[in-house]
Amino acid sequence: MSEEIISTDVAIVGAGPAGLFAVFELGLLDIKAHLIDILPKIGGQCAELYPEKPIYDIPGFPIVNGQELVDNLEKQVHPFGPTFHLGEMVESLETLGDSEHPKFRVRTDAGTIVECKCIVVAAGGGSFQPKKPPIPHIGDYEGRSVFYSVRRIEQFRDRRVVIVGGGDSALDWVLNLQPVARRITLVHRRDSFRAAPHSVNAMHELVASGKMDFLLGQATGLKGADGRLSAVTLRKETGDIVDVETDDLLPFFGLTMKLGPIGEWGLNLHENLIPTGTQTFETSTPGIFAIGDIITYPGKLKLILSGFHEGALAAQRIHHYVYPEKRLVFQYTTSSTSLQRKLGVG
Amino acid sequence: MAKVTFIDSAGASRTVDAQVGSTVMETAIRNSIPGIDAECGGACACATCHVYVAPEWTEIVGKPSQMEEDMLDFAFEVRPTSRLSCQIKVTSQIDGLVVTTPGKQG
Repeated sequence: MSEEIISTDVAIVGAGPAGLFAVFELGLLDIKAHLIDILPKIGGQCAELYPEKPIYDIPGFPIVNGQELVDNLEKQVHPFGPTFHLGEMVESLETLGDSEHPKFRVRTDAGTIVECKCIVVAAGGGSFQPKKPPIPHIGDYEGRSVFYSVRRIEQFRDRRVVIVGGGDSALDWVLNLQPVARRITLVHRRDSFRAAPHSVNAMHELVASGKMDFLLGQATGLKGADGRLSAVTLRKETGDIVDVETDDLLPFFGLTMKLGPIGEWGLNLHENLIPTGTQTFETSTPGIFAIGDIITYPGKLKLILSGFHEGALAAQRIHHYVYPEKRLVFQYTTSSTSLQRKLGVG
Repeated sequence: MAKVTFIDSAGASRTVDAQVGSTVMETAIRNSIPGIDAECGGACACATCHVYVAPEWTEIVGKPSQMEEDMLDFAFEVRPTSRLSCQIKVTSQIDGLVVTTPGKQG
């Protein structure tokens, strides 16, 4: 893993609508930003939870769906050349400077290191993490026999693998692991699937030719010792309880939001939210700002438009840290030739 | 106004007023009912407002739509009485509805 250190003005944690628009407001003030997000794509909840759902309360857009909003924000911040670190979770945050001259070092689980003058936490509901089914003792097997994602296909060579779920993740891994694994068993609660029809058809063909198994039911128990599985207990649709012998279990139940490592950064927290003022959106740590759904203040509304406003105000204060010598003159994009030059329209 | 009773997985019961026209999920959130997370805010996009409808109410409440059935794949311990509470509209017909929340949503 390289120890190359990226140096920038601001690291934004979370590439949802609030984090994306913060790039715009910072960019107008000549402040460069890197964005880090645990999802492999930008847009946060808008892109992950409701890309096709209409949103009715974005000013100026009577109706816009989640993905359209994200696409437009991406276009809007493009002139400022933000760098995205996607599929990475910020693991640690070190304070290097002092309250007058803050400086931070951020490390992700992929080994990226960013040093910056300010941090903007725009992490919404927290980081998206795989849902863990409430099967007793599942934690004992995680990392050895139970996996919520596949990092290396080879790891499953010649192993018996039970995959649970009916979406694209479950079906994609059924098809990708089937040639490698000793035996794949897909378990799903019903015989219809959310996954792409061609994947479902390919799975049915494998079952028909005897190359894998499909069982209707739900996983209810685990058997094994020392973190190694020997069988998964299933309750079949008929109510019968059966054990399926297996080496590994891959449950795919979608994603949920957890606060994650943000809780360990020394920030004041109130019910898993970060309290801020309403003038600068600075947190209890000078140089660390927070905007969007993750913050709380009297009257706070979890609206996308509130996140936009909070980013604009935070940027004004961040300017003071990034350019302590420069006086900030407020300007409008409609009339300022210097802002228009930055936007590439002047 | 209608009444909705939420029973948690440990058996504790809470009966609250529900506004006709709102959803059972919104009723739960407004009344801080534990066991309903509703992460996506009611977009039928997360399956963290999963409830079990009491058997005597299943027929009146009705079956999940195709989209809701798909989303229930993300819920745990799904039963024939499972519904997403964001998709159950409060009407005068469901006055007295009883639902149970599962042990774990997300």
